[in-house]
Amino acid sequence: MTFVRPAFRHPDAPVNRLGYTRKFYEGALSTLCAGCGHDSVSGAIIQSCFEMAVEPHKVAKLSGIGCSSKTPTYFLANSHGFNSVHGRMPSVATGAYMANRDLMYIGVSGDGDSASIGMGQFVHAIRRNLNITYIIMNNGCYGLTKGQDSATADFGSVNKSGSANMFHAIDMCGLALELGATFVARSFSGDKQQLIPLIKAAMSHPGFALIDVVSPCVTFNNNPGSTKSYDYTREHIEATGAVDFVPFMNEITTEYAEGDTVEVALHDGSTIHLNKLSPDFDPCDRHSAVSRLYRAKAEGDILTGLIYIDTESKDLHYLLNTADQPLNQLGKDKLCPGSSALDKINAGLR
Amino acid sequence: MNPTDIQNPEYFHKVVDCQYACPAHTPVPEYIRLIAAERYSEAYMINWESNVFPGVLGRTCDRPCEPACRRGRVEEQPVAICRLKRVAADYKGDVQTMMPQGPFKPNGKKVALIGGGPASLTVARDLAPLGYEIHLFDEQPAGGGMMRSQIPSFRLPESVLDEEVGYVLNLGIHTQFNKYVSSLREVLGMGYDAIFVGTGAPRGRDLNDLPGRQEAGANVQIGIEFLANVAFSHLDKIGRKVLVLGGGNTAMDCCRTARRLGGTDVKVVVRSPKSEMKASPWEIEDALHEDIPIYENHVPKAFVTENGKLVAMTFEKVKAVYGEDGKRSLVPTGEPEVRFECDDVLIAVGQENAFPWIERDLGLEFDRWELPRLNKDTLQSTLPHVFFGGDAALGPKNVITAVAQGHTAAVSIDLFLEGKDVENERPSPMTNLIHQKMGIHEWMYDSTVANDKRFKVPHADKSQALNDRLLEVELGFDPATAYKEAERCLNCDVQTVFTTSRCIECDACVDICPTACITFTENGEEDDLRTRLSAPASVLSQDLYVSTDLPTKRVMIKDENVCLHCGLCAERCPTSAWDMQKYLYNTAKAGNMQYTR
Repeated sequence: MTFVRPAFRHPDAPVNRLGYTRKFYEGALSTLCAGCGHDSVSGAIIQSCFEMAVEPHKVAKLSGIGCSSKTPTYFLANSHGFNSVHGRMPSVATGAYMANRDLMYIGVSGDGDSASIGMGQFVHAIRRNLNITYIIMNNGCYGLTKGQDSATADFGSVNKSGSANMFHAIDMCGLALELGATFVARSFSGDKQQLIPLIKAAMSHPGFALIDVVSPCVTFNNNPGSTKSYDYTREHIEATGAVDFVPFMNEITTEYAEGDTVEVALHDGSTIHLNKLSPDFDPCDRHSAVSRLYRAKAEGDILTGLIYIDTESKDLHYLLNTADQPLNQLGKDKLCPGSSALDKINAGLR
Repeated sequence: MNPTDIQNPEYFHKVVDCQYACPAHTPVPEYIRLIAAERYSEAYMINWESNVFPGVLGRTCDRPCEPACRRGRVEEQPVAICRLKRVAADYKGDVQTMMPQGPFKPNGKKVALIGGGPASLTVARDLAPLGYEIHLFDEQPAGGGMMRSQIPSFRLPESVLDEEVGYVLNLGIHTQFNKYVSSLREVLGMGYDAIFVGTGAPRGRDLNDLPGRQEAGANVQIGIEFLANVAFSHLDKIGRKVLVLGGGNTAMDCCRTARRLGGTDVKVVVRSPKSEMKASPWEIEDALHEDIPIYENHVPKAFVTENGKLVAMTFEKVKAVYGEDGKRSLVPTGEPEVRFECDDVLIAVGQENAFPWIERDLGLEFDRWELPRLNKDTLQSTLPHVFFGGDAALGPKNVITAVAQGHTAAVSIDLFLEGKDVENERPSPMTNLIHQKMGIHEWMYDSTVANDKRFKVPHADKSQALNDRLLEVELGFDPATAYKEAERCLNCDVQTVFTTSRCIECDACVDICPTACITFTENGEEDDLRTRLSAPASVLSQDLYVSTDLPTKRVMIKDENVCLHCGLCAERCPTSAWDMQKYLYNTAKAGNMQYTR
């Protein structure tokens, strides 16, 4: 019986800049169903953090409730974690982020957690532009309660019990664009070549970075007629372009063909290379992104890749003009400067 | 790359590294699992079928399986395969009843075996149950050949040898011990349908050209003769100061025997660097443990005698220099000669074949090294009904190779006497691939990978051992330790079998694989593919398992190198595209005989 992963790893496993192997970024053995897309997303997060040489103790992983929200147990065992109330992860993330701006935040949520019970929280986290990588593991159903249609299930998609969905889906990317999100991407759990660079770019982006990942539920929503199955997604996937992420520290070694490549420079010196597949698309233009998204939907395609990025993004701490030093590290004297300071402020208002 | 043909019996055989490396291809993981299940008799019988002398080999085997063991590629030490084999022999029940029971219906054919060592006894074991009348000739008073004359009792107790030789002889073998065959012509005239020669490599090399060799006389002995004389109790003491020349296992046996016969200052002197000594590392370790120093890079120059008696030897110091072609030469360092005082010298610098008893006009051809000209696959000589095996066939190797050659020769003899083509009608190996799944997390084998380091075999007290040449030094594992050591086995015979048509490319196997063996990518040439895998695949001797094309036009590629056979890929596979299937591979024995059920 195997409930424990063997301790041995490949003897020549590569090490990253910090001298860690990938093993250092792994978590506990997954208890999700065999073949769950979420495990692949966890794998992509592990690989991204390994390649980015992230220091695990400087990461906070937060989640709500659901299959997706179990996954933080399965990656980054050496990082901080918070498994919050259903749909309330954005509030907890906001609080944590306000208290300590030095951590890197990874929020993991599902279509139920973000598009139904947590919708109110989700939209305000976007509006406030928290500096967080927000990954939705989107399988179009409530896997934890036996596969009822979720709010992101497409109109007409047939679930495992054979009935077609009568409601239209909420498009999380379209919603995020509408709300002014500064980084919007969509990907597929079965395409790590695309997903890993997107996660790396999202982690470098100063602001709310949404990645809506189609992550099939093998148990309840991988049947013929489902629009979130492995087969359907593979058949209908259309990418905005091949994505590559070049961190600030690395030299650019890949050759990019001229003309159809957009280079998006991030504030930390990193670069996203988008080898575009359609010439009229500009990932830095919100109108272009919205129309591209609508067109794909009309044509029945699942648009993946980097959809929109605002390189001028200003996160919540910038907007609030908070101290550079994280609030949780400020002493009581700084946080509660006393009545004389209050008097000064009051005097300024007179 | 072309898709891997897993129907080819050799593909999965190669994945079972230990079994593949074993000359007799003993199904190692199969018997290790039986040991873990405390089914020692069955474990013994699997060995007995394959290598005939489990108790002997469990103590003395050269263990080609252990350097091959996959465990040695993921951590420091391989599984103690050899010593687990001994566990099966030590704790077995009545195995005699599980062996073929004579008398066997005679088939009317007579086979003579010349020499009573492991190769001959293997032929006897394989042919007797088929009804052959077997006549075995040996110059020694009992069977076993070099296992009896050259392996000291402190490594192999006589009782163990007697028992296992007895199992074979009890199959109705006609033995003629104390009978030195001095003429093959004579045997050819005795009307045997086939003759098997397993006379070993009986001649130990001497250093006749060295000055003082003749004067030193009886105080200089040939290693294997010394060991035989001790084994047959013709010799029970030696001088206080003993030099042993040579760096092989015979040298190690000589020096340790000398320590037990009164040698208090025993030195081993080797021409080459220590790192190139032929002796097995564990034998060197045991010699060092018995306070026997090893001097490397010393080339013997002369025997020094005073008043007709050996008093010392002189040596020239050299260093190993490697030419551009990698060839080694030993170049004198120019340092002054080294002199070691000694009362006795044992020469163990190699042994060779000798066939003074085979007339050269019988039609049996010899090559220029005076070895019989043989077909290496059938071990048939140019005299069609004469076959060779063991050290006598292709030069000195080891017991397990002799056994393997015994099986080969037995198959040949059987085919030959059945009137079949000895080369082209050889039986195929018996193979079997059995599904292991019992439930979501349940397999018919213990798939959990134990993290334990290799367990040490306890040894007898040193001072006691040095005072009694019959006292076995290694004590063997107790059952509890044997269980833990057996659990270190990775079950490499439980194969990861991939069915392309079932795969939905969900990546679950890629994500879970602890050693990153699995990759889904576009197909290509092997050199190119090896650079594109999830983890470095630089061990070229290990195959890549390549699937047929998947719906996305990619292929599944699995590097067999460090797969732990933990079954996680199959457990995490939603469609059973991966399955764990136990692969049993048994080399064919003469007459397609099945010894175990």
